[in-house]
Amino acid sequence: MSAINDFIDNEVKTNDVVLFMKGTPQFPQCGFSGQVVQILDYVGVDYKGINVLADADLRQGIKDYSNWPTIPQLYVKGEFVGGCDIIREMFQNQELQSHFADKGVAVRSNA
Amino acid sequence: MSMEETIERKLRDAFQPERLAVINESHLHAGHREFDGTGETHFRVRIVAPAFAGKSRIERHRALNELLAPEIEAGIHALALEPAAPGETTRW
Repeated sequence: MSAINDFIDNEVKTNDVVLFMKGTPQFPQCGFSGQVVQILDYVGVDYKGINVLADADLRQGIKDYSNWPTIPQLYVKGEFVGGCDIIREMFQNQELQSHFADKGVAVRSNA
Repeated sequence: MSMEETIERKLRDAFQPERLAVINESHLHAGHREFDGTGETHFRVRIVAPAFAGKSRIERHRALNELLAPEIEAGIHALALEPAAPGETTRW
């Protein structure tokens, strides 16, 4: 395993919710990454954002890690959940919220 | 053949979809980075096909991404996917 693969593997296994994205949660640099940030913030879950634009090896490495050609990528409890389209669809169907609940990830009530 | 036509033909051949819409959204992104909005950089694929029945979201996207890998490599900047199986609710 390469160093970058080890880095990614460690991040997704030691953080409950990790978003690999372009830019940061404060300053997304891509519309798709920005949409997922907005959804996670709305749902009220704590997550770690990792900026793939900061490192060319990471930008390619995350695509190899999941065999998924696009960014953003969301991981929950070590498991790849999806990219922007999937996360948005799950959110609209309330499935994202129940996915967090099923995995034992705390969400802040925004009712 | 334009990128839009290539994508549409490949999807029809591979999935025999009941419904298919390949939408060039590049004009929506004029001014975003180096794009002037006239090119073929941003696409949305809406597809209803029997092959997606019983498949997870990730499996559906993987099937589409694999089929369109050459086009993604060739410089599509963004590819939004909305796959569904026949009988499922769609937003279009």
